[in-house]
Amino acid sequence: MSASEEKAKEVSAEAAGHGADTSKEQNTTGIVFIFFVVGLAASLLAGWIVFPKVLYSQKQQPFDFNHQSHMEMVDNGCQSCHFFREDGTFSGAPKLAQCIDCHEYVQGGSEDETIFVEQYVANYHEVPWLIYAKQPPCVFFSHAAHVNGAGMDCGTCHGDIGNSTSLPVYEYNVITSYSRNIWGKNIAGFKKNTWDRMKMDDCSECHQKNDVKQYSVQTEKGACFVCHK
Amino acid sequence: MEKGHNNTTTKRYGMVIDLDKCTGCGSCMVACMQENNVPFKKDETDKIKSITWLRVYKLNNGKPYPDTEICYLPRPCQHCSGVGDHGHSPCVSVCPATATDYGMDTGIVSQIYTRCFGCRYCMAACPYHVRYFNWWDPVWPKGMEKSLSPNVSVRMRGVVEKCSFCFHRYQLAMDRAFFEGRKEIEEHEYQTACTQACPSKSITFGDLNNPKHAVYELKQSPNAFRLLERLHTNTKVYYVSSKEWVRMAGDNYLKDEHKEMARAKG
Repeated sequence: MSASEEKAKEVSAEAAGHGADTSKEQNTTGIVFIFFVVGLAASLLAGWIVFPKVLYSQKQQPFDFNHQSHMEMVDNGCQSCHFFREDGTFSGAPKLAQCIDCHEYVQGGSEDETIFVEQYVANYHEVPWLIYAKQPPCVFFSHAAHVNGAGMDCGTCHGDIGNSTSLPVYEYNVITSYSRNIWGKNIAGFKKNTWDRMKMDDCSECHQKNDVKQYSVQTEKGACFVCHK
Repeated sequence: MEKGHNNTTTKRYGMVIDLDKCTGCGSCMVACMQENNVPFKKDETDKIKSITWLRVYKLNNGKPYPDTEICYLPRPCQHCSGVGDHGHSPCVSVCPATATDYGMDTGIVSQIYTRCFGCRYCMAACPYHVRYFNWWDPVWPKGMEKSLSPNVSVRMRGVVEKCSFCFHRYQLAMDRAFFEGRKEIEEHEYQTACTQACPSKSITFGDLNNPKHAVYELKQSPNAFRLLERLHTNTKVYYVSSKEWVRMAGDNYLKDEHKEMARAKG
């Protein structure tokens, strides 16, 4: 055999060896691809389904409440029970004293009313309602400025709670202990309606649109002290 | 009254403190601490680390007995509005976090504790030492946390705080005004805690732009002066004293310089 033939043989042997390498590489690429897909699916699952479940814990209200049936009986809409005090501050969730006029004894006979009358009215215990719209302690919110000053409807921020027949589940962030209604139900932070979220961005968006106290020297937008305390 | 940029009346809340009436009793300091949930420590001897939004200083004329005279000077945040009232106070100008801000509607310098990250540039910039740093989380004596005001948020370790002219009282006064269908508040509806606590009525508070408010007249007294006027910080706290050495103590002057001369020079 001549030297050139030997060379050619070597080359062909090398080529054969290279071919085997390629098929091996394809195999590993396939495995890596499958691992990637599985990993991505697992991460998405963890991020979108497991994480919100871990981040938010649920609490039960003391008993259920039917806003709709109460709305049918009162004259002054929401403000019949959620009223302003004389000094302009907002009363929030009604106290026992307001309910007791009608609910001294069981009237309708629903299970929830029985719990209310027997456990709270009879013992004069205030109902420890969980407040969905409770803001962090650094926030000053004036109901008077929005309802009386700007003439806004309650539903703009709170949604159509007045026509609901039962209370939604109360969820709170386990790290901050804030109600989930502040961030909103959508974990990605998207909102369709004005009442979907109650974050600072949502306040400032409306304030900017309506030119409310855009007096800040630093930002030339809303002054911080309008809502912060 | 001046007009704001969206045609709302602009207010400039400020104080006139009559130093002739001040006895240095410290009621204003106590009222301020209580009103604003100001934290305190068991040992308050180190005044560099204690927090006093309003602090009463003791001045003297530096003369030996029997010519010694003293004067007490209460010092809240001066709420500087800067040259031309544009709100560029020393602290607002340096804050990198937008944690301190000037509201053009009230002229009050705000401090947003949740925004502050504690760089303390504002403390270095403030010529009046009105800003304080929280070196520790507040620790209240047992049971006292129940008596804290819900209208002022409690500060945490690592943020700067200062006098806000009891801004929450303004908010609450506005609440009542809105409820009664008004857009403006009366002078008596918004008064700071120190003003109301002062037994000798040496502090007067109101809108410096409003001729109907008492401060409008008082600040024009020939005996009125402001602290460190030569820095052009344009503060909103005026002091009144009938004694020239007190008026001279409000700024740094050369030995042979008179206040009126210095004022004319600028």
